[in-house]
Amino acid sequence: MKGNEAIAEAAIRCGADGYFGYPITPQSEVMEKLMELQPWNSTGMVVLQAESETASINMLYGGAGCGKRVMTSSSSPGISLMQEGLSYMAGAELPCLVVNVVRGGPGLGTIQPSQSDYFQSVKGGGHGDYKLIVLAPASVQEMADFVELGFDLAFKYRNPAMILSDGMIGQMMEKVELKPQQKRWTDEEVAQMNPWATTGKPESRDYNIITSVELDSEAHEQFNHRLQVKYRELEEKEVRFETTSVDDADYLIVAYGSSARISAAAIEILREKGIKVGLLRPITLYPFPTKEIQRLAPKMKGILSVEMSSGQMVEDVRLAVEGKVKVEHFGRYGGVVHSPDEVAEALEQKLIGG
Amino acid sequence: MAEITEDIKVAENIVHKKSSVLTDKVMHYCPGCSHGVVHKLLAEVIEEMGIQDKTIGVAPVGCSVFIYNYLAIDWQEAAHGRAPALGTAISRLRPDRYVVTYQGDGDLAAIGTAETIHACNRGENMVMIFINNGIYGMTGGQMAPTTLEGMKASTCPFGRDPKTDGNPLKITEIVAQLPGTNFVTRQAVHTAAAVRRTKKAIRKAFEKQKDKTGTSFVEVVSTCNSGWKMNPVDSNNWMEENMFPFYPLGDIKDV
Repeated sequence: MKGNEAIAEAAIRCGADGYFGYPITPQSEVMEKLMELQPWNSTGMVVLQAESETASINMLYGGAGCGKRVMTSSSSPGISLMQEGLSYMAGAELPCLVVNVVRGGPGLGTIQPSQSDYFQSVKGGGHGDYKLIVLAPASVQEMADFVELGFDLAFKYRNPAMILSDGMIGQMMEKVELKPQQKRWTDEEVAQMNPWATTGKPESRDYNIITSVELDSEAHEQFNHRLQVKYRELEEKEVRFETTSVDDADYLIVAYGSSARISAAAIEILREKGIKVGLLRPITLYPFPTKEIQRLAPKMKGILSVEMSSGQMVEDVRLAVEGKVKVEHFGRYGGVVHSPDEVAEALEQKLIGG
Repeated sequence: MAEITEDIKVAENIVHKKSSVLTDKVMHYCPGCSHGVVHKLLAEVIEEMGIQDKTIGVAPVGCSVFIYNYLAIDWQEAAHGRAPALGTAISRLRPDRYVVTYQGDGDLAAIGTAETIHACNRGENMVMIFINNGIYGMTGGQMAPTTLEGMKASTCPFGRDPKTDGNPLKITEIVAQLPGTNFVTRQAVHTAAAVRRTKKAIRKAFEKQKDKTGTSFVEVVSTCNSGWKMNPVDSNNWMEENMFPFYPLGDIKDV
């Protein structure tokens, strides 16, 4: 099935409570599939087409505020509209899952695949000091698997999580193994597991407030400090990545999502030529596998960050490497997908000087 | 005097007491502001219906952003204008709960117009309370979508000129036309009788929610003596003379 359809199937099966979305190419299949599957008849999951992405993300705020597992999906321009809501949700410490099937920007841009929303995704995106938990799937299987993982991390840390995909993985068809249907949390379970949620104030507790406002700047600094402690914990415990052929490698490619798959093919081409190249595929873009890059860097003659953008993740790779090794970027952008040959050629030119 | 006051504080003399849903926090509103009265009425309705444990409120951005400090129900504080979107999800994910949104005119009728119209048009099962004082109070008296023609505000200091500033918006008449609303009314709290009518309207809006037949919308035309730069008495008079002719009181829709 398509990557976008896998998101829909996985959402129902992991027991999500609600999906709120607005159509945009190249991810409209997510909501179309959900509407076709009518999960409100099977699991009781709510699916609603909102009037805008602004409304969708604020519906997530309302649903998450009730302790429910709620999600949306969109593509780049729609995700830009959601930034206000994401900032509010990070500020109110609300968990949710947002899927971004990235297309080329800026502006209305193109409907073709891109990875040019990296900065927006991993650096916060909206106003204020906050982070999203960002997962980067490289297959349709991971599109499905990361729905549950995204929810789990979001609730564990009470923070919005994002699946940062792209138009290629969203539209691509692959075999997927779906997990069996899990039960949705009951209202009682929600209240028990999320004692902070607005579920209706019982006699037994004080009333709950979901808010991101604090006018006392000293108190607000304390709150921000608490957020930063949470992010340090994420960076300590939740970094996920995959390495391939790095043990004997002289060169390293760092690439996520579609670019990681293209780079894997490029590495085969280069190895046939006798150039030993390994791949580091970040699975979590935030938290970023900084330490692993630091560990591998001294063994390398050069590192190439391959991404379908003009060079965004390359900045984080350079920050990790701290100038110890040459770090270059390669990528087609604006909706153009690079080929394995182009990646291989770029590595030779930029790192070896061929 | 003090002794006499203490003497009369005995159970048999109590004719009116504070709603148990109201907290002990001192409200931050300016003297003469309508918010405090509407908060009290909302608290009383929730208490009288016995639904404190079943009500989830959505607070706005504006002067009443801190309504959650005053009513002891579960609250969510929305981004500016987005309360109906939050309310939509809360209502759909917790259909066993009463959902009430509380917004001012800038919140509901300017930045949140799309959310207001579409929530009402879908007929989301919630009570929407709309405080219309024709001005942005919290940010210091700027022009609101409901500012009357000729009315002065800090961003129309010579009076609102429809040619350049646009026309005041009758959002309540608009939502009344939408099939999703089951009760739309416009009230005020400037006299004892008006306060009683507003309480009845809020009660009716909540009662309507039992049938799950759509959005119940209560506008309260209100004063903002700080924003209007008038004392409370003058504000009430000014509201009667100027606001009511353009925003007439009474039920607009009841189905």
